[in-house]
Amino acid sequence: MDLIDQLKTGNKRAAAKLITMVENKLPGYEEVLKEVHKLSGGAYVVGITGPPGSGKSTLTDKLVKNLRKSGKNIAIIAVDPTSPFTGGSILGDRIRMNDLNLDPGVFIRSMGSRGHLGGLSEATRAAVKILDVMGSEVIFVETVGVGQSEVEIVRNADTTLMVLVPGLGDDIQAIKAGIMEIGDIFVINKADIDGSNRTKREVEMNLDLSHHERRPRVVMAVAIDNKGIDEVVEAIHEHRDFLVSSGKYHQNRAVTAKDEILEIIQVQTLKNVLDNPRVREQLEELTQQVASRTMDPYTAGKHIMDNIQS
Amino acid sequence: MDRPIRVLVAKPGLDGHDRGAKVIARALRDAGMEVIYTGLRQTPEQIVNAAIQEDVDVIAASILSGAHATLLPRISALLKKEDAEDILFVAGGVIPEDDIPELIEKGIKAVFTPGTPTTVTVKFIEDNVRK
Repeated sequence: MDLIDQLKTGNKRAAAKLITMVENKLPGYEEVLKEVHKLSGGAYVVGITGPPGSGKSTLTDKLVKNLRKSGKNIAIIAVDPTSPFTGGSILGDRIRMNDLNLDPGVFIRSMGSRGHLGGLSEATRAAVKILDVMGSEVIFVETVGVGQSEVEIVRNADTTLMVLVPGLGDDIQAIKAGIMEIGDIFVINKADIDGSNRTKREVEMNLDLSHHERRPRVVMAVAIDNKGIDEVVEAIHEHRDFLVSSGKYHQNRAVTAKDEILEIIQVQTLKNVLDNPRVREQLEELTQQVASRTMDPYTAGKHIMDNIQS
Repeated sequence: MDRPIRVLVAKPGLDGHDRGAKVIARALRDAGMEVIYTGLRQTPEQIVNAAIQEDVDVIAASILSGAHATLLPRISALLKKEDAEDILFVAGGVIPEDDIPELIEKGIKAVFTPGTPTTVTVKFIEDNVRK
């Protein structure tokens, strides 16, 4: 475990190589995951999510600069979408974070979503653990630009920031289920644009109607001009204090742990099923029947499950 | 090989024109690669630092300012210093033919001048990466 020993001393090169290893499931990756899991857990994870172009990367850049004043080691994982057609991607979040590039206390890694649909990539959680072991005290995870239902970040972050901008829709959008429910803090970015007060009101109204143990704060910001950043940092600290004092911090992490186990079972179960040549053959056969409407998918699924259990 | 090739498309130096870099980024994307684009006006230090954190297989630098003879060898030297010479380093842009042999000698593996079809660049990267 040469790379892990190097990682423990804060070696960035080792972190970069290990992330590549788990992202591509290269030989030995499971051993790496086992090892880093036990060593990790110390870092505070902040999720940044919101629609495309809402300013997530710019906000992350400013928040990190602000937090760097306190000398904390910080890592950023920025996820951008992968093409479902070619598997290629353009990872462009670093463009907004150029000044951070040469700061020795900051590590930035871009990841393609690689077909994963929740706003993150399959390996994001593993990358967080690796950077945690490297010695990052705060880790920012920026999701792909989300639409309405990509809520996976909430299971991977201690504090989730929902970044919104004016002009994305009426008040009905604000009361819809999904991403509007997951913010621990709402940031109305680009607040110098017309309509930002209205957007804030709509978010506040939506929060009036929900039952929160703790009402999320709504902060106005113009990230590019560094406005509102102190308030956002303050809101993150407040939320962290609330999590710790209420015991939610550990509760949430237990939920995440269970999720993680269930996910592994899910993947492994499907793999076991599809590894069986008899099942694969049956699947092909039933696929034709379902496609031609001579059988329905529920019956087909049941046939396969019966086949496995027999 | 099922893992995507990771490429850092970089703009070293002070020219502010990145249409070419974007066209090449798009072509590499369409060839199934993960392309990290870091934007304009990067120093060699920033480029090599990003390449290491992103653990890329390739650096593709686009330069139009005429400063290639200074900046590109500087990137090669930094890669050597960081023990990261396994990263395939290629360049493109407005670079006179006469300057190319010296760049090749200093560790730039290929130079693509204006008019090169993107397919040529893609093929070169696919054939030479992780070798």
